[in-house]
Amino acid sequence: MSLPPELQSALTRRAFLGRTTQGVGGLALASLLGPAALATPGASGALSRLPLPQKAKRVIWLSMAGGPSHLETFDPKPKLAAMHGQPMPESFTKGQQLAQLQGQKLTCFGPQHKFAKFGRDQTEICELFPQIGSVLDEICLIRSMTTDAINHDPAHMFMNTGSQIAGRPSMGSWVTYGLGTEAADLPGFVVLTSLGKGGQNQPIAARQWSSGFLPSKHQGVQLRSKGDPVLYLSNPPGVSRDAQGGDVDAIAKLNLHRERFVADPEVATRVAQYEMAFKMQASVPQLMDVKDEDPKTLALYGCQPGDGSFAANCLLARRLAERGVRFIQLYHKDWDHHGDVKDGVALKAAEIDRACMALITDLKRRGLLESTLIVWAGEFGRTPMSQGNGRDHHNKAMTVWMAGGGVRGGLVHGSTDELGYAAVDKVATVHDLHATMLRQLGIDHEAFRFKFQGLDAKLTGVEPCKVMSDILT
Amino acid sequence: MSSRPALVCLGLCAALCAVAEPVEFNRDIRPILSDNCFACHGHDASHRKAKLRLDVRADALAKEAFVPGKPEASELVKRLFLTDPDEVMPPPESHKTLTPEQKELLRRWVAEGATYQNHWSYDRPIKAAAPNSATAIDTLVETRLRAKGLRPVGEADRRTLARRLHLDLLGLPPTPEEVDAFVADRAPDAYARLVERLLASPHYGERMAQGWLDVVRYADTIGYHSDTPRNVWPYRDYVIRSFNQNKRFDRFTLEQVAGDLLPDADVEAKVGSGFNRLLLTTEEGGAQAKDYQQRMLTDRVRAIGAAWLGQTTGCAQCHDHKFDPLTQRDFYALGAFFADIHEPDIGRREEGMLVVTPADERRLAELATAVTRARQTHETALGGLGAELAAWEKEATDDLVPAATPEAKAKGKAKSPDAALAAKAPAILQKPAAQRSDAERSTLRDYLLSLHPEALKSQRDAVAAAQREHDAFRAGLPKSLVTTKVAVVRTVRILPRGNWMDESGEVVKAAFPHYLPQPKLDGRTPNRLDLARWLVSRENPLTARVTMNRLWMQFFGTALSKNPGDLGAQGELPPNQALLDWLAVEFMDSGWDVKHMVRLIVSSRAYRRASATPAELATSDPFNRELSRQSSYRLEAELIRDNALAIAGLLVPKVGGPSVKPYQPDRYWENLNFPVRTYAADQGESQYRRGLYVWWQRTFLHPSLLAFDAPSREEACTDRTRSNIPQQALVLLNDPTYVEAARAFAARTLATAGDDEQRLTWAWRRALQRAPEASELATLRRVLAERRKSYLADPTAAQAFLKVGLTPPPTTVAPAELAAWTHVNRVLLNLHETITRE
Repeated sequence: MSLPPELQSALTRRAFLGRTTQGVGGLALASLLGPAALATPGASGALSRLPLPQKAKRVIWLSMAGGPSHLETFDPKPKLAAMHGQPMPESFTKGQQLAQLQGQKLTCFGPQHKFAKFGRDQTEICELFPQIGSVLDEICLIRSMTTDAINHDPAHMFMNTGSQIAGRPSMGSWVTYGLGTEAADLPGFVVLTSLGKGGQNQPIAARQWSSGFLPSKHQGVQLRSKGDPVLYLSNPPGVSRDAQGGDVDAIAKLNLHRERFVADPEVATRVAQYEMAFKMQASVPQLMDVKDEDPKTLALYGCQPGDGSFAANCLLARRLAERGVRFIQLYHKDWDHHGDVKDGVALKAAEIDRACMALITDLKRRGLLESTLIVWAGEFGRTPMSQGNGRDHHNKAMTVWMAGGGVRGGLVHGSTDELGYAAVDKVATVHDLHATMLRQLGIDHEAFRFKFQGLDAKLTGVEPCKVMSDILT
Repeated sequence: MSSRPALVCLGLCAALCAVAEPVEFNRDIRPILSDNCFACHGHDASHRKAKLRLDVRADALAKEAFVPGKPEASELVKRLFLTDPDEVMPPPESHKTLTPEQKELLRRWVAEGATYQNHWSYDRPIKAAAPNSATAIDTLVETRLRAKGLRPVGEADRRTLARRLHLDLLGLPPTPEEVDAFVADRAPDAYARLVERLLASPHYGERMAQGWLDVVRYADTIGYHSDTPRNVWPYRDYVIRSFNQNKRFDRFTLEQVAGDLLPDADVEAKVGSGFNRLLLTTEEGGAQAKDYQQRMLTDRVRAIGAAWLGQTTGCAQCHDHKFDPLTQRDFYALGAFFADIHEPDIGRREEGMLVVTPADERRLAELATAVTRARQTHETALGGLGAELAAWEKEATDDLVPAATPEAKAKGKAKSPDAALAAKAPAILQKPAAQRSDAERSTLRDYLLSLHPEALKSQRDAVAAAQREHDAFRAGLPKSLVTTKVAVVRTVRILPRGNWMDESGEVVKAAFPHYLPQPKLDGRTPNRLDLARWLVSRENPLTARVTMNRLWMQFFGTALSKNPGDLGAQGELPPNQALLDWLAVEFMDSGWDVKHMVRLIVSSRAYRRASATPAELATSDPFNRELSRQSSYRLEAELIRDNALAIAGLLVPKVGGPSVKPYQPDRYWENLNFPVRTYAADQGESQYRRGLYVWWQRTFLHPSLLAFDAPSREEACTDRTRSNIPQQALVLLNDPTYVEAARAFAARTLATAGDDEQRLTWAWRRALQRAPEASELATLRRVLAERRKSYLADPTAAQAFLKVGLTPPPTTVAPAELAAWTHVNRVLLNLHETITRE
C-alpha cells in the first residue's frame, strides 16, 4: 500500500527537520533554511504546473469602496449632460430594480465635471484625473463592467469571491492557494485600507479577505498604518528582540523534544510557524518603514511616510510587490456619493489621482509593471439619474481599469448606452473579470477548483463566463 | 519484530479479499458517478445532457448506458475507455478524469449486474446486533479492525486519559492534583466515576454549547454591512442550560425551531425559538425588502440543512441539486415553513423579549407600581391646581393674540421647554374649553405646566425619579430575540435562478423534501411545529445520524462520515456505517439522551486508546478512519484561551451571562461604520471569562479567536478547520491576555515553596499535568538564567513587562525575578503540547 501524498510529504518534512536539527538549535536551523523551504506546504501553491503562460506574477487590486460613479470618472456621456433635468426615458428603467431610488421620480443628472482628452488615442476621461491621464497609454479602460449586487456588502462579496453568500474564499486567497507566494517572510495575501475625507466611509467586513473554505493560511493579512501593522506583531513592552528570540528558541527546543514521542507532523509545522512569526516581527516593520525611499519617490506618490493615506498604501504596495507578495489589495473608501457627487468625486480624485499614476510609473521604471497586474474597480457603478445632487447605487454599468501584467495599455474596451445606464457593447461580468485576471496569472479558471460541500467550487461560479481576450497582449 | 510477518500476511489477505469482494454500489460506484457524471446526468433536469440520467437505474438501463452483465455492450463503459475527445466520457471540458482503477470498477460492477442501492443516509438506520449496548461501540469498531487486519493500539496512560476527558467534556484542563488522584485511584470504577463527575459539572454544558453555537451560527451582531449589535445572549445561556440539564434532543429541537408554537410554550421554549432569529440581517440604507426576504429565507434553509439534515441545501436555491435529490421546489417549500416568522425584512430588529427571573419580574412590577403611584399623587395635586391652571390658561391665551408677531413667537418658545407641546397648544387654546377632547385637555395641561416648572416640583420630580428607576432597571434586564408568528404568512415563490427580482415562479407552500419520509397530515399544510416534529421523528433517517456524527467528531477529531455538513451523495459513505447507524438508533431508543451517548462514547475502549501513531498504522490506517487509535489535535480557539487562563489561575468560572470583551488591539474595529465604533475592553472579572462568552462580532471577530479558526458564524459551521499559522504564534506570544496569564502564572509559581528546580517542576506540572524530563527542565533553566541577567541589568524593562494587563503584579516579589519567571511561564503556555489534546 502506498502512502497518501499529503502524509508522505508531511513525514518527509518531519524526518528532514528531525534529522538536521540534532545538534543545532531549532531557531538557527530554521533561519538557515528560510521559511519557504521549511515551513508551510503552501509556500509553493496547489497548482504545481500552470496550464497557461503566466503573464502576471502578482496582483495589486485597488478597490474603490463605495461605488465610484463611472459618469464622473472614466465614462463620458455628453448626451446625459444634454438631458440634465429631464425625465429619464422610461425605456431605460422600466421594470428594473434600483436601490434607494426605487419607486421615485427619475431625472437625468448630467456629468458634474468636464472630460478631457489624454493619451495616444486622445481618450476622454474626467478632467479631475490628469495624472492618470498622463499614463493612460498604460491603462485599459473597461467601460462595460456589470455586477449582480446593488448593496455594498453583497457587492463587495461578489467582487471578491464571485458569490453573494458569505463563506467563499476571496480572490487573493484563491490565487495564493493556487500559486503560493514568493515572499520569504511576509504573508502571500496582504490587505491595506485607507479612509477618504468625505465622511462616506462604508464599512468593510474582514470576510472580504477571508480564505473561506480554503486553508486558513491563505487568508488575507491586513497591514495597518497605525498601531501594530500586523495584529500582535510587537513584542510586549519590556521584551527585547533577544528575549523574544530566546523564548521562541526554547519553545522550539521543547516542541522538537516532544515530537520524538508523539510523531505528529503538526509539531514541526508549529516550530516553523513560530520561526516565521519571529521573522515577520522584523520584516514587517522594515517593510512599513519607508525612510530608505528616495525623497523624489515620496514626492512622486505625494505622501508622507506613515500618513495612512491611499498614496502611502500605493507606495507600500510597490514595496510588497518587490518582496514577492502575490496578492495585494488596497481599499480606499468614501466613494458612496448618494449626495453631492460633484464635490465628493473631486475629493476622491485629489486623494487617488497622483497615487495611481505614481504606482504605475514606479513599477514601470523598476521593471515590475510587466509582471504586476493592477486592477482599479469599485463594487458597482452609479445611476445616471439624480438622487438629490448625487447618484444611487447601480449594477448595470461601471468602469474598471487594468494596467500592466500583459494587459493592452491605451485601450478602451466595451461601452455603455448613450446615457450611461447600462453596458451594451462587450458587456463584462465580474466572473469575466476574475477569469481574465486568473488567465494572466497562468490559471485556467475552468480547471481551478476546490472541493467544497461536494461541489467543485470555482472562483468563477457555475454560469458560463469568458476571458476578455481582446484586452490582452 | 515477530508480529511483522503476520501483519504483512494479513495485509495481503485483505488485498486478496478485496479482489474477490463484489463491487458495492454505495461504497464503490456512487462516489464515482456522483463526482464525475451526475452534474450532467443526474437530478437536475434543466442541465441534463442527452436526456440521460444515471442516478436512476431504470433510466440508465433504458438508454443502455449500462447493460447488466455485459460491460462490452454498455455505452457508458465503452465511452470511458475511448480516447476521441468528442466521444470519451467524461468529456474533456468537464475537467474530470477517471483513474484506470475507477474505470475497471465500473466495468466489473456492470459485469456483476449493475445493481443500485438507495443512498445510504436516506434509508432508516438499522441497529446492528451487539451483545451489549454498553460495549457495542467497541464490538463494531473491533469487528472492522479485525476484518481489515489492523491491530489497535493500547489504552493511553492515565494522565493522558484524565487530561483528555477534562478537555473533551469541560474544555478545561485538570489540575495536577486531580490527575494524581485519578492515577492513584485503582478502583475498577475510577474511570466511570471521573466521567460522571465531569458530566455533572456546569462546565460540561459550556463545552457542549460551543459546537452547537457554531452550527446555529450564534453571534452578537447582525452580520451585514453595519454589523450592529442585537440582543441574543440569553439564547446562549439556554443552550448551555439545555446541555447541563440533559434536555432531550428532540425537545431541544422543538423549542428552537418552533418553541413559540408549542402548546406548553414557556419562557425557556421561547428563548430557544431565538434560533430562528440568529441569521444575518441588514440595516443598510437602500436595501430592498424583497432582496433580504429572499436572503433570510435561503439562510434559514441552509441552516436547517446543515444543523439537522446534513444536506447541502444551498445548491438548490438556484437550480435542482446536482448530486442529491433535493429539488428547487423542495428548497423553497422548506423555506416556506419560516414564512410565518414576525420580523422586519430590513432595518433594526426589535429589542427582544424580556428574559427575567421571578425575582426580577417582581421587582419590575414593584417599580411599575411605584411609577403609577407617583403619577397618582401628581394627579391628585394637579386637581388642587384648578385656579392656577385657569389663570395660566388665560395668560397663555392672551399671549396668543399677537401670535403673528415674531416677538410673541419667540416669547412662547423661550418659555416652553417642550417644542412639541408648544406647537400643539395654540390650536387647542383657540377652541372653546367645552369643545376640547380629553387628549387635548391633557396636552394643554402639560403645556401649561411646562411653562411653570416650579409648580408641583416635588411631585413631578417623584414621577420622573420613579420612571428613571424603572427604566434603568428594565434596561439592565436581559432581552432576547425570539420567534413570534405573523397573522398572514408571507407568500413564497420559487425564484428562477434564485433571482428575487423575478416573480414569475410558482407559489409554494411549506412541504418536506419529497425524497424523505413524509408525515401524515391529512391534507393540512404543515407548519414550523410540524417541521420540528418531523426533524426528530423516528422516520427521519438523517437527524440522529447527523447529530451523532458531529458528536463523534468532538471526541475523536474526525466525524465518522468525514463531512459532518453533508451526508448526501457528495458526502462520504462512512467507513464504519454500522457504527454510525448503531449510535443513531441508540440515540433515538434512549429518548434522545445526549449524556447517555457521550457516556457511551467516552467509556469505550476506542476512546481510551493512546493517540501516538505506530509506524505500521501510519501506513495501514494513515488517517485513523478505522479508529485503530485516538487522535491528537490542537484545541479549539476558545479552549486555548480557557486553558491558559485556567493554568494561570485567572479564569473566572462563572457560567452564563452577557458577552464579554477581552483586550483587543486598538483600531481593530476601524473598518466598522454606521456608527463608528470604539472597543472598550471589560474591566474586572469579565476580562477573565471563558472564550465562548467573547463578544462575537461577525465581520470582525476577536483576532485571537480568528487566528485559531473560530468561525465568523455568518453561515452554519459544522466542521472548523484546524490551521497552523504564524498569527497563532503572535497571539500566544504577544496578546496581552496571554502575557498577563504568563505573569499571573509566574506569580503563582513564585508563591510556591522551594528552589528553582522545584518551582520549575511545579509550573511544568500545572501546565501539562506531567513531570518534566531533565532536558526539558534544563531548557527552562536556561531561559530563567538569561532573563534574570537581562532584567537585573534593565529594571525599567522588567517594570514595563509587568504592567501588561489589569491585575496588579504582587509587590512582594522583585520585579526582575517576576519578569524572568514570566518568560518561563510564557514558554510553557506556548508549547504545542499545552494547546494540544492528545
